Amino acid sequence: MTAGIPTPTIPNPVRPAFTPSGRDDTVIVNIGPSHPATHGTVQIIAELDGERVLRTDVHCGYLHRGFEKECEDHTWHNLIPYVDRLNYCSALINDFAYCDGVEQLMGIEITPRTKYLRTLLSEYSRICDHLTCVAASLMELGAMTAFLYLVTVRDAMYEHLAALTGARVTYSYGRIGGLAQDVPDGWFTRLEAILVEYETYVARVHAMVDRNRIFIDRLRNVGGISTADALHWGFTGPILRSTGVPRDLRRDTPYLAYAELDFDVPVGILGDNYDRYYVRMCEMDESVHMIRQLMAMMPEGPINVVDHRCVFPEKTLVYSEIESLINHFKLVMDGPSVPEGDIYVAHEAPNGELGFYIVSSGGGVPHKVHVRSPSFVHMGGVHRMLDGHQLADIVTTFGSVNMIGGECDR
Amino acid sequence: MLALAGRLKSEFAFDLFLDVTAVDWPGAPLRFEVVHHFYSTVHKVRVRVKQRVREAEPVVDSLVSLYGSAGYMERECHDMYGIRFRGNDDLRPILLYEGFQGHPLRKDYPKQLEQPLVPYRPPQRALEREL
Amino acid sequence: MTAHTKHASFEYLTTRKDELVGWARKFSLFPYPFVTACCAMEFMAVSASAYDTDRFGAALPRFSPRQADLLMVVGTVTQKQAPILLKVYEQMCEPKWVMAFGVCATSGGFYQNYASLPGIDRIIPVDVYVPGCPPRPEMVIDGIMRLQETIARGKHRIINDTF
Repeated sequence: MTAGIPTPTIPNPVRPAFTPSGRDDTVIVNIGPSHPATHGTVQIIAELDGERVLRTDVHCGYLHRGFEKECEDHTWHNLIPYVDRLNYCSALINDFAYCDGVEQLMGIEITPRTKYLRTLLSEYSRICDHLTCVAASLMELGAMTAFLYLVTVRDAMYEHLAALTGARVTYSYGRIGGLAQDVPDGWFTRLEAILVEYETYVARVHAMVDRNRIFIDRLRNVGGISTADALHWGFTGPILRSTGVPRDLRRDTPYLAYAELDFDVPVGILGDNYDRYYVRMCEMDESVHMIRQLMAMMPEGPINVVDHRCVFPEKTLVYSEIESLINHFKLVMDGPSVPEGDIYVAHEAPNGELGFYIVSSGGGVPHKVHVRSPSFVHMGGVHRMLDGHQLADIVTTFGSVNMIGGECDR
Repeated sequence: MLALAGRLKSEFAFDLFLDVTAVDWPGAPLRFEVVHHFYSTVHKVRVRVKQRVREAEPVVDSLVSLYGSAGYMERECHDMYGIRFRGNDDLRPILLYEGFQGHPLRKDYPKQLEQPLVPYRPPQRALEREL
Repeated sequence: MTAHTKHASFEYLTTRKDELVGWARKFSLFPYPFVTACCAMEFMAVSASAYDTDRFGAALPRFSPRQADLLMVVGTVTQKQAPILLKVYEQMCEPKWVMAFGVCATSGGFYQNYASLPGIDRIIPVDVYVPGCPPRPEMVIDGIMRLQETIARGKHRIINDTF
């Protein structure tokens, strides 16, 4: 121990929901919050009878970074980087959902090219997210090869997105009323090459995992949940779809360009871990299908709307005429003026319904930005999938739920 | 509120409880606005229910008896705004920690007021460590 | 370290004890990934095949602090997480090094509010800071190499009069 650090008595930040039940044959085990099986920071306090989990108490909040408080301190534009870091596996979807909300409050109709680009990038992000989730949960079962294959593809996608946005993980690419910039030359050609590469690698993973006895034994009939239970606990996204309900916001309440696309909503049968794995794999294929359609129908044209309330003027104009200079100055210092009102906007994020409840009191700073994050709601019901199974199944079930700390704890 | 939510669930098939949060309007006679969102997977529509409560008595009905998902969200709302939910016995801190004083999303909570659990070290100087 | 040749072939080395120990230690880093937030995505990329920290002798993550000597704090540490980080650090055996991976671990980044810790050096000593939000893998590798230099240059406490 390095000299100079006194050893303080560290208080426990959480209080478990239950005390030992009085039975002398059960044991209480603490898993997390820094534990390889809980990718992300979550703590599970489980009471065990032998290897069987009797009941669990899931604690989150270890990554509560004060997102909503920061939002109330920044202008509508400046908080876009914070929005990015909610679900950092698919940051673009958060961007676009937030921008969509503000645009609806302001009554802005985005340009066709932006609409299609946002749809394309949402699907691209969805692939990244599912790749991460499947890779991590397979690695936890020992499939290092599958992990390396999937991360190789994901890395190609990250570099490709970095060519567009300038960052590999957290892009800050959405803007209110448009996007940061148009796609560079040759971007779509490279995209098609990556999609082909994706298909090669994912086919290998399918071949290794789908009919593998070890995986079927570990995943089938583990962590199952019924449709009624899933709805009761507020589950959305792949978890709800794995129980057999084709509920997908892209289909039910279409936004962006989803109404014009041809795609299927993959569903499972039993709602167990295997179904969740398979639904995610199928959704990635659907996303690839959608990206190809979107590339074919991508219109030309501007990406930003002409609206001085929120869109920055051209840099050349800022330097040459006073009106644009003042406009730029006001947008930076005061923020865009969003009319008074509130709105709830929901997009289908990779994990489920990502909702933004935005309240404006008429200024350049939001009065409140609240996130309805799927991961947080899933954590509220995950004990339904853990209880009654083996201790080792916590690892697989937790991996298939794909809890993302930034989004869960905000 | 509980009766209204019960009707929404049984008569209008609002089977998915999406969200509960609060909005702080400092200075208003009824300071907190508690906002619920529901969704119907049958009709594919959303509904938003708002109710105002006084600062002195921020109590609303809990919906845990109708929707399991309400439990966590009500705990979060309690953490952030200090809204109490009648009928939810488990309002332990969820995003915050035991011993945190106050409710950070209230407008009168200073943004940078920290309540550290671990006492801070003095600032570190470069190359002070011995290996 | 200098290699000496007497009769046209390599015969013996001269070195200082500190240098020898540092050379051995710098290539056997066992990281404990204290992974919390966004930077985890880049941590996965760094440890996977494209960037591969194995080339620097820092490959195998040990998920037990007792078996690790490099604590990589990957991502934001909040006030709620701080006691856990401190406990993990205290459980690690000497010698141990700490890397602050990403700007949140370095200084709190743009989360300057009630919930986040303004840099992990407020609770534990840090040896190398890797800024970036999140840092690119090349930056992480650079951080590891700089840490290796520090280890190689440093004084090691196991060197004493008897050794």
